[in-house]
Amino acid sequence: MSTTSVMGGIVRRKEDPSLIQGKGKYVDDIKRTGELAVAFVRSPFAAATINGIDVSAALALDGVHAVYTIDDVRHLGPNPAQVAVGTLRPLLADGVVHHVGEAVAMVVADGAYIARDAADLVFVDYEPGDAVVDLKEAYADKSLVHEGVSNTLLTWAGNAWWEGVIDLPDQSPAIQEAKERDDTVVVSLEMVNQRLLPTAIEPRAVLADWNTGYDSVEMWSSSQIPHAVAGAIGMTFGIPSNKVRVVAPEVGGGFGLKLNVYPDEILCCFASRELSRPVRWTETRREASVASIQGRGWVGTATITGTRDGKILGYELDAICDMGAYTHNFTVAVPLLGLFVAPGQYDIPTSYALHCVVTNTPTTDAYRGAGRPEAAYYLERIIDTFAREIGMDPADVRKVNYWKPDQFPVTTQIGLTMDTGDYETNLNALLERVGYEDLKAKRDAAKAEGRLLGLGLSTYVEVCGFGPSALAGLGFSWAGYGVPTAFNGSGVVRVQPDGTCTVTIGTGPSGQGHETTWAQIVADGLGIAMENIEVQHGDSLDSPVGVGTFGSRSIAVDGTATYEATARVKEKAAVIAGNLLEAAPEDIQFADGGAHVAGSPDRSVAWSQIAESAYQPHTLPEGVEGGLESSVVFSPPNATWPFGSHLALVEVDPETGDVDLLEYWATDDCGNVINPMIVDGQIHGGIAQGVAQALFEEAIYDDAGNLL
Amino acid sequence: MEVRISVNGADHTSDVEPRTLLVHYLRENLGLTGTHVGCETGYCGACTVIVDGRTVKSCTMFAVQADGTSIQTIEGVASGAGLHAVQEGFWECHGLQCGFCTPGMIMSSIALLEENDNPSEDEIRHGIEGNLCRCTGYHNIVRSVQYAGAKMRGEEPQGASQEVSS
Repeated sequence: MSTTSVMGGIVRRKEDPSLIQGKGKYVDDIKRTGELAVAFVRSPFAAATINGIDVSAALALDGVHAVYTIDDVRHLGPNPAQVAVGTLRPLLADGVVHHVGEAVAMVVADGAYIARDAADLVFVDYEPGDAVVDLKEAYADKSLVHEGVSNTLLTWAGNAWWEGVIDLPDQSPAIQEAKERDDTVVVSLEMVNQRLLPTAIEPRAVLADWNTGYDSVEMWSSSQIPHAVAGAIGMTFGIPSNKVRVVAPEVGGGFGLKLNVYPDEILCCFASRELSRPVRWTETRREASVASIQGRGWVGTATITGTRDGKILGYELDAICDMGAYTHNFTVAVPLLGLFVAPGQYDIPTSYALHCVVTNTPTTDAYRGAGRPEAAYYLERIIDTFAREIGMDPADVRKVNYWKPDQFPVTTQIGLTMDTGDYETNLNALLERVGYEDLKAKRDAAKAEGRLLGLGLSTYVEVCGFGPSALAGLGFSWAGYGVPTAFNGSGVVRVQPDGTCTVTIGTGPSGQGHETTWAQIVADGLGIAMENIEVQHGDSLDSPVGVGTFGSRSIAVDGTATYEATARVKEKAAVIAGNLLEAAPEDIQFADGGAHVAGSPDRSVAWSQIAESAYQPHTLPEGVEGGLESSVVFSPPNATWPFGSHLALVEVDPETGDVDLLEYWATDDCGNVINPMIVDGQIHGGIAQGVAQALFEEAIYDDAGNLL
Repeated sequence: MEVRISVNGADHTSDVEPRTLLVHYLRENLGLTGTHVGCETGYCGACTVIVDGRTVKSCTMFAVQADGTSIQTIEGVASGAGLHAVQEGFWECHGLQCGFCTPGMIMSSIALLEENDNPSEDEIRHGIEGNLCRCTGYHNIVRSVQYAGAKMRGEEPQGASQEVSS
C-alpha cells in the first residue's frame, strides 16, 4: 500500500483492525448488569380497531416483569421528533392500528426468549377494517386512513415551500404556451418508483439505563442521530438534556433507516425508569421489515415539452408520494428534497406537484438519497423518452439543456442557488472513457444478431451538505419541531499533553470511515502521524453538539468544522513553538511530527514538547492561555451540489426478459477527495443499491396491507 | 441440557436450554460477540462460524446440535494481535464499511479458500453468496478474497492502491 500524501491519499482505515477481528462494539455487544429484554406485540392487521388488550396470561409467565400498553404511556405524549402534519404516531397503538407491525404492547422480561414467549400470550381483540394501500385510491380519498382527515397531508407545489421567503415566478404559463406551439413535441410517461426496505445488516437495537438517583438516563442506540434522540428523550420525560446521554457506538449500516427517533427508544427509557433496571430491545429482521421506516414509493407522471433540436421548453412532474401510515422525522421532507433537485442539471422551465399521501403501510422516510433518486429517476427517464421521440442521442439532449459553466452561480427554478457545476465536461469525460460511440456500434451490431444490448445513461446533480442552518430556521430539521438539538457541523481538536491528538466530532459513521477521514484532515494540518490521532464520536454528552451522518453532509459540514479547528490549534501551536525556538510564530512550519523554523529544519521541537509547554502555562509567553484545543461550530452558507454521469451496459434475454448487467461506469464530481479508496467504496455501495432498485428489490403489499 | 463444545481451541461445558440458538450461546454464554445476529432466518450470513471444518449459519443451529463439535469464530482465526490473510485482505482492499457483516464474510471466505486457494471471481461470488453486505456492493470484498488467496499461495497480493481509479 502506498501513501503519497495524507490528504487525498489512500490510507487504510483506522477502524478496520477492530472490525475485522470481531472487536467492534455494536449496541447488542454492550452489556449492563441486570438487563431486562423487550419484545413488542405488533399488529397483524393494516387497519383495525382495538376492542381490548388482555395482558394477564403474559404477566403470569415466570420471568415477565411488565407488559405496557398505551394506557401506561399516554401521558408521555407522542414522539416529539415527528413532523406535525397529519396524525402523530402514539408511542403504542391507541385504540386503533394503521399498519401491519404497529406496536400495540411492550413486554419486559428476563431475556429475549421469555419476552417473546410472553408477547405471544398477549391477547389483542382486533376488529379489522379496510386497508388503504393503493396510492391512487388513497389520493382520491375513497376511504380514509385516519378518520376524518384527508389522506393527502400536503402538496409541495409552486411556492409552497418558499411561501413568504422567496418570490418564485410561476413557470406553468410558459410551459402551457410551449405546448400550444406547432413546433413542439410533448412526451409524457407514468412511472412507479417502487417502495424499498433500507435493510441495514445490523438491525436496530436499544439499551436504556435510567438512574433514578440522578434522574438521568444513558442509552445506546443504533442511530445516525444520537443528539436528536437525546433531545427527543429529554423533551418526552421533561428532564434537561444534560441528563440524557445517547451513545451511537458502532452502527451497522444506516441508509436513512436509523435517521429517526423511534418510539421504541423512548419506550425502553420509560421501562428502565419504571423498573429501575437496564432495558434492551433488539429488532428482529421481521420487525425491521414492518416497524422501521421504508423508502421511496412514488407513482407519478413526468412530461416534457420541447423542440426537435433537443431544447426542452418545459418539464412537469406530478407525483403521489407514499408516506405510509404516519409521518416520522423527515417523511414529508423527502418529496421536498426531491423537489430541490426536480429540474436536475437543466436550465428548463419546471412545474411540479408532489402530493404527500398516507396509506395503511409502514411509514416511509429518508432512504439512500431520500427523494433525490426519485426525482432523478422521473427526470432522466422522461428525457430518454423525449430523446427517443425526436430521434436524438440521449447524451446530446442532455448537453443541449445543461446549465453552462459561465451561468453559475445559478438560482434554480426552485429558488436555491447552485454555486458551481460543469455538467457537460463531466458527461464528456464519461463518454470518452467508455468509448461511447464504439459501445453504440456494438449495441447496434448485436441487434443485427438478435441480441438485445442496451445502454442506460443517467446524469444528476444532488443537493447535499445539510445543513445551512438557515434551512433549519425554515423547518427543515427536527430543530424545527422544537426538539432541542443542532443543525450545523462541529469539531473539537485537542492536542493531548503527550503530543498525540484527539478529535471529537458532532457526527458519526455508519460505515463511512469517519475515524480515518477526519484523522487525515488533522494529520495533514498539524503534521501529527495518523496513528497518533484518535477520532471520537457518537456520544450526545461527550461529543460536541451535532447532527449525524446522512444526505452526504458530514465531511462537508462537520469536516469543515474540524478543518477550521485544526487551523486554530495550529495557529496557537505556532506561538508556543515560536516561543520554544525563539522564532516568530509566522516562521514556524509543521511537518513530521513537530514544528521547525522555516529554512532551518534543525531548529525543531516535537509535538510532545509543544504540548508539554501548552499544559505547563508558566512556560508559555505572557497572555497565552494554557491548553491546546479548539472547538468550532460551522454553518455552511449553502448546500453542496455534487454531480455525475453514469452509464450501464445491459443485455436483455429476449425470451425471458432477464436483464444481465454487463458493465457499469460512473464519473462523479464530489469535490476535493480526502481518501479516494473510501470515496470509491461509497460509490460502489450506492451503485449496488441503485442496481438493486432497478432490477431486484421491491416491497410489495397485498390489498390488505401485508408485506408479501 | 449439558453440552461440551470446543470453541477456538478452548473446551466449554455448559448447561443450555434446548432451544438456545448456537449464535446466542456463543454471544451470551461465552461472550464472543464478534459473531453477529443479522436476521435469525439464515439469509444474511452475519452469524457464520466454522463447525468441524464447515461453515454454519449459527442462527440456524441449536447449541445442543453443536454438542461434541469443534467451532471456530472470528475471534479464533488468528493468534494474538496477528491477522489471518483474509482479515488482512479485507483491511488492505477496503472490503468492509460498517463491518457488521464482516466477521461472517471473513469466515465464509476462509472456508472457501481452504477448499480452493485460487478461486476465480465467479467462484468467489458463488462461494460467499450466502453472506449479504449492504454497504460495499461486493466489489471490494471480491478483491479482498483475491488478495488473501494470493497471500496464502505465497504470491504478492494486490491492495487497494492498485484498485482505486481516481
